[in-house]
Amino acid sequence: MSLGEILSFAFVQRAILAGVLIAAVCSVLGVFLVLRRMSLIGDGLAHITFGSVAVVLFIGISPLYITLAALPLVMLSSLVILRLTHSKKIQGDAAIGIVSSMGIAVGIVLASLSGGYNVDLFSYLFGNILTVNQTELLLSFIIFLIVVGCVIFFYHDLFAVTFDEELAQSMGINTRRINILLFILTAVAAVLAMKVTGIMLVSAMLILPPLTSLQLSISFRMTIFVSVIFSILSVICGIIFSFLLNLPAGGTIVIFNVIFLLIIFGISRCKNILRK
Amino acid sequence: MPVNIISTEKLSFCYNGIEVLQNISFAVQKGDYLGVAGPNGSGKSTLIKNILGILQPAQGNIHLFGQPLADFRKWNKIGYLPQRLAVLNTHFPGTVREIVQLGVERRGNFPGIKQVLQTMDIEHLSSRLIGELSYGEQQRTMLARALAGNPELLILDEPTTALDPQTRDNFYRLTQELNRHQGTTIILITHDTGVLGNYARHLLYLDKKVIFSGTFEDFCNSPDMAGFFGMASQHIICHQHDRSNL
Repeated sequence: MSLGEILSFAFVQRAILAGVLIAAVCSVLGVFLVLRRMSLIGDGLAHITFGSVAVVLFIGISPLYITLAALPLVMLSSLVILRLTHSKKIQGDAAIGIVSSMGIAVGIVLASLSGGYNVDLFSYLFGNILTVNQTELLLSFIIFLIVVGCVIFFYHDLFAVTFDEELAQSMGINTRRINILLFILTAVAAVLAMKVTGIMLVSAMLILPPLTSLQLSISFRMTIFVSVIFSILSVICGIIFSFLLNLPAGGTIVIFNVIFLLIIFGISRCKNILRK
Repeated sequence: MPVNIISTEKLSFCYNGIEVLQNISFAVQKGDYLGVAGPNGSGKSTLIKNILGILQPAQGNIHLFGQPLADFRKWNKIGYLPQRLAVLNTHFPGTVREIVQLGVERRGNFPGIKQVLQTMDIEHLSSRLIGELSYGEQQRTMLARALAGNPELLILDEPTTALDPQTRDNFYRLTQELNRHQGTTIILITHDTGVLGNYARHLLYLDKKVIFSGTFEDFCNSPDMAGFFGMASQHIICHQHDRSNL
């Protein structure tokens, strides 16, 4: 089957479009998270998403609206993580651990109560972007606009808080508000990304493209831009190759992300050695 | 009537139940050059962080530019250089120019950037990443950021620990120039009593509470301070202050 034929399918077009939007959202937010050493939040929120999807399926909401229905629960949980992170007696990574294990526990219990792991929950665990529906595509587009708008509008504040939170406070930036914004946007991105890579690999969408971009040692703005490029390339290559080779799309997208990271890491190491 | 840029009243701060600052009351007037000194752990940086709203005091009042801290919004009047640059994330991808612009970007004062980069002798580094620079170059970058917005109040917490003697002297002369010619109010925290003697007009000596607050003349004439510091140390500080004001 030729590339033209693959791209002529409506569901492939939807998958690529949604994938590109979600990839852009995750890779932009990922830069701030990775630099603030909050990479694990993606993993934590993904586990909470698992619990939230289980709750939604248990209640019996139509699978068409699962992404939309899981959003408020994951957003709320992200704020709980943020609150716990600021507690003097709980470390940030422990706070993520508490909430994410709760998410998994709720998911397992509810899946068991509803007669075991049904097909819907399984598809969210491992993702299937080729099944993206119109509602999810529209939701991806709206959230893409919101995230890009917020990052442009709050760029200065996000940059300052990422560089040094105390310094940002001394500049009169409301760091609490910026943290809430970042956590809520990340929660939204995690819910969207579960459709692309599945809950198990959501953190890869948030971590790998920024890490690849950071290997290039370029300015902050360019790091964000290049991170988006690598993420989009991974999604497009992943979807096409998964279709051609009959592989799971989520896993293939992540493998492409890792390949790009290894290539750029290798190039940057070689450049450093030659410079010495 | 002189305007108080900063005033604190019975300010106390506790960390894990331990009182780090006790009943701190002092004021800084417009155009002043205040030196803050004290031993390690005396609460110098903690005091500044309370004033800037980074830490919340256990009790007491803080006023900035005549307004209660909670109501103060004109943060662009303040340039702050924090002490702890050593924990800077070396993988942070910000360039020198991006970091310096942090101090002004929201106000769009871009022409000032070039000048401040030149003043701190880092114009040639403007497209380098801050994490790739030496500690001294990083400190010059952070100083440039603090100076970039032409602040009315400049708070410098141990600003020259990593600078070579020439850059350090140039920097202190610059602060003196800003203070004398532009009326910039300066608060300088340092262990270097020689620098305080040379440049500061007022002295605040802390050791969890205020040990001394006043002019250098008061300090030099105080028998209590002679007893606290020792006659020799007091004499050296006062001699430097006298020479710098000739």
